[in-house]
Amino acid sequence: MALYPSKFKNPLINWIDSRLPIVTLMHHEYIEFQMPRNINYLWAFGAIGMLLLMLMIGTGIMLAMQYTPNTGLAFASVEHIMRDVNFGWLLRYMHANAGAFFFLAIYVHIFRGLYYGSYQKPREMIWILGVLLYLLMMATGFLGYVLPWGQMSFWAATVITNLFSAFPVVGDPIVTWLWGGFSVDNPTLNRFFALHYLLPFVLLGVVILHVAALHITGSNNPLGIDIKGPQDSVPFHPYVTIKDIFAFCVYLILFSVFLFFMPNYMGHPDNYIPANPLVTPAHIVPEWYFLPWYAILRAIPDKLGGTLAMFAAVLVLFVLPWLDTSKVKSMVFKPLTRFCFWLFVADCIILGFCGANNPEGIWVIASRLGTLYYFGYFLVLLPLLGKIEQPKPLPASISESILKGGGSVHAHGATAQPMEKA
Amino acid sequence: MRTMKSIIFAAAAVAVSFGFAEVAKANEGIELPQQIWAQSGPFGRIDKTQARRGFQVFKEICANCHSLGLVSYRNLRGIGFTEDQVKEIAASAQVQDGPNDQGEMFMRPAIQSDRFVKPFENDKKARVANNGSLPPDLSVIVKARHGGEDYIAALLTGYADAPAGFSVPDGKYYNKYFPGNTVGMPQMLFDDSVTYADGTKATALQEAKDVAVFLSYVAEPTQDERKALGVKVILFLVVFSGLMYACKRQLWAGLH
Amino acid sequence: MSTIAHPSGAGTAPGDGGGDASRRNFLYLATTAVGAAGVGALAWPFIDSMNPAADTLALASIEVDIASVKPGEQIVVTWQGKPVFIRHRTPDEIKAAESVKPEEMKDPQPDSARVQKPEWLILIGICTHLGCVPNFDGQNSSHLGQFNGWFCPCHGSQYDTSGRIRKGPAPKNLGVPKYAFLKDTVVKIG
Repeated sequence: MALYPSKFKNPLINWIDSRLPIVTLMHHEYIEFQMPRNINYLWAFGAIGMLLLMLMIGTGIMLAMQYTPNTGLAFASVEHIMRDVNFGWLLRYMHANAGAFFFLAIYVHIFRGLYYGSYQKPREMIWILGVLLYLLMMATGFLGYVLPWGQMSFWAATVITNLFSAFPVVGDPIVTWLWGGFSVDNPTLNRFFALHYLLPFVLLGVVILHVAALHITGSNNPLGIDIKGPQDSVPFHPYVTIKDIFAFCVYLILFSVFLFFMPNYMGHPDNYIPANPLVTPAHIVPEWYFLPWYAILRAIPDKLGGTLAMFAAVLVLFVLPWLDTSKVKSMVFKPLTRFCFWLFVADCIILGFCGANNPEGIWVIASRLGTLYYFGYFLVLLPLLGKIEQPKPLPASISESILKGGGSVHAHGATAQPMEKA
Repeated sequence: MRTMKSIIFAAAAVAVSFGFAEVAKANEGIELPQQIWAQSGPFGRIDKTQARRGFQVFKEICANCHSLGLVSYRNLRGIGFTEDQVKEIAASAQVQDGPNDQGEMFMRPAIQSDRFVKPFENDKKARVANNGSLPPDLSVIVKARHGGEDYIAALLTGYADAPAGFSVPDGKYYNKYFPGNTVGMPQMLFDDSVTYADGTKATALQEAKDVAVFLSYVAEPTQDERKALGVKVILFLVVFSGLMYACKRQLWAGLH
Repeated sequence: MSTIAHPSGAGTAPGDGGGDASRRNFLYLATTAVGAAGVGALAWPFIDSMNPAADTLALASIEVDIASVKPGEQIVVTWQGKPVFIRHRTPDEIKAAESVKPEEMKDPQPDSARVQKPEWLILIGICTHLGCVPNFDGQNSSHLGQFNGWFCPCHGSQYDTSGRIRKGPAPKNLGVPKYAFLKDTVVKIG
């Protein structure tokens, strides 16, 4: 049996790598891996999301050591973390705020993908895995929100699980099954805790698949054209790693402002009232990152219809690669599509405001029009515009685009590093 | 230009998300009189003297009906009470302990590590004693109400005669700032309801503000520590980001 | 594969476009150091959160009423989750404890260094071998050992009437917690 011919000179690394070529793999995927040299800072948000996921798993494990998933003890155990556990307040506020900032980073990541056509052939699988990741994030976020067992936790759990009751025949048995009883109660809290602990690791597994698929096709870039030669790309490390870490630091500054100075800003005061199954808070809204979906749910004046519309709004993302018929990826070259894209962004924002406001008067009309445009963008505009719009001419290559308008033609190369430094 | 665009795009995304949160909040509550609080803002800290006065108000007035179940007597050390003072405060309350060697529950004076003793054995008894209304636990009340300290101060001083045509049920009271305007708690704070040892004039508003500061402290005893750490962390991140940016510039300069 | 791919095929080092090499290296070094310090500092709250919390520390002392413990009897109380033996020694036990010569002991310590009042012996009831709770092995009980003190059921360590290790695998005497007599009949442990 032959060993893997590892190229590493360090004897220990060589011994390991010859038997399990994980060092070669990591070196290949995270050091040598060629990235388009024209990517902008929007490409950092995937890495930012990854680092936030690690932060949330880390803080989450520490919190799980102190938290008690029991309806009688959960609220007090969270307050015990806040008051008595060393740095418990820091871990808990980090965990709670990182949730919101994780969603924020991923939204930027998703819209970046939409704008630059990162979902188009050949990157469909990356996109599909990404939508799956987003679904897992939503499930994990929702489950975690229930754990402090405040009023918003309890009623969020009640409302969201009741969505399933909209389905005829099977709806009610499903809800009872989800609850493990006849209302949201101790069995519900206990299983939500178990699942909230499990799902981030599932998420991490799918992230690995997401990145593995990305490393087959390579990264997209603002021009949406392929790498044609070494002059178009840079190695992942150190060029992109340093850029990503810098972007993450800046993002962390913003995160820290919320974490240290306004840690409850994105929370809701009612969640500091212990859960009371007999009283629903006067004004109940989901976390901001769910508001557009909430608006679509309420836009349809029918229980089943609203639920289906909301699920459809997420599921339509799965088939997006086949709805967009354009042969050109980046909207930089498609002014009309680009205009529709920005309208779509505005639409999502408007839907968010609709979700935050009581469904009365203008907000009902706005949420219906918003829902209409949401689906129209995916199901009508993208298929049609792809056929109709004549894209502007694409540059011949990435390097030509960067260097056009004069300047030195020769691009300097990357590092000549010995592998051991990896 | 690309960088600028990215930054603008990201900034807009941030602004929008926090806009959502703002709208979700703005939808609720009544306009509250805004007080000035020593503890507000990144550099604000709890005024411990004021918090101790607030504790006096809490102990002499609020504690007759309201519990503070998540707070321990030892937490009073954080607003400047000495260990002996805390022991004395704790010892003035009786807490149930046991069972002893005979298997009986017994009462003993509270010690520092005990939680604040509750005025009623359970919620049902609290309701019976308060005309059917349950006085909420005040441990995290500042974080559990829109407006926080401002709301507490406004509520405690917000009693007035009901406007014509507004009928207040028996055993309830009209309050300008309570949601729905009828509250089960009568006005408890009046001028000179307490006598402050430090000579501060005990107006009703002063008492309300003092107790709001105390309740702000107990809602999150670590808040000053949090803000102090925050300043350091952000300074560190700014320096580190600057260094990272310099590295990034240096590195990419070879390419462009 | 001793070098990684060059984007342009030119073999220049990264960042050769500007700055001299030493300044550049200093910048990278400083940034790495600051970053490592930051990651290190971030690790501390995670680690420290597993240390005893403030409410656990606040329970670090207990008060015990010992009025009802007669000579020759002992009580076991829980302090910091551990058993504490409070033994009211008989004159015989005190005499036996005081008469042992240092060379007979594995961990020599006079009895007077282990008690505040000779009739009250207060010990942490954890065998210094591997943490089991030794049983009292006085003359009237099952009497497995030779020293009339405690006998550990796990690996047979034997302690005398002062709680000192005399035989068996345990390396040290049974611990004495910090305590103080608040009154003649009330002792504060911790």
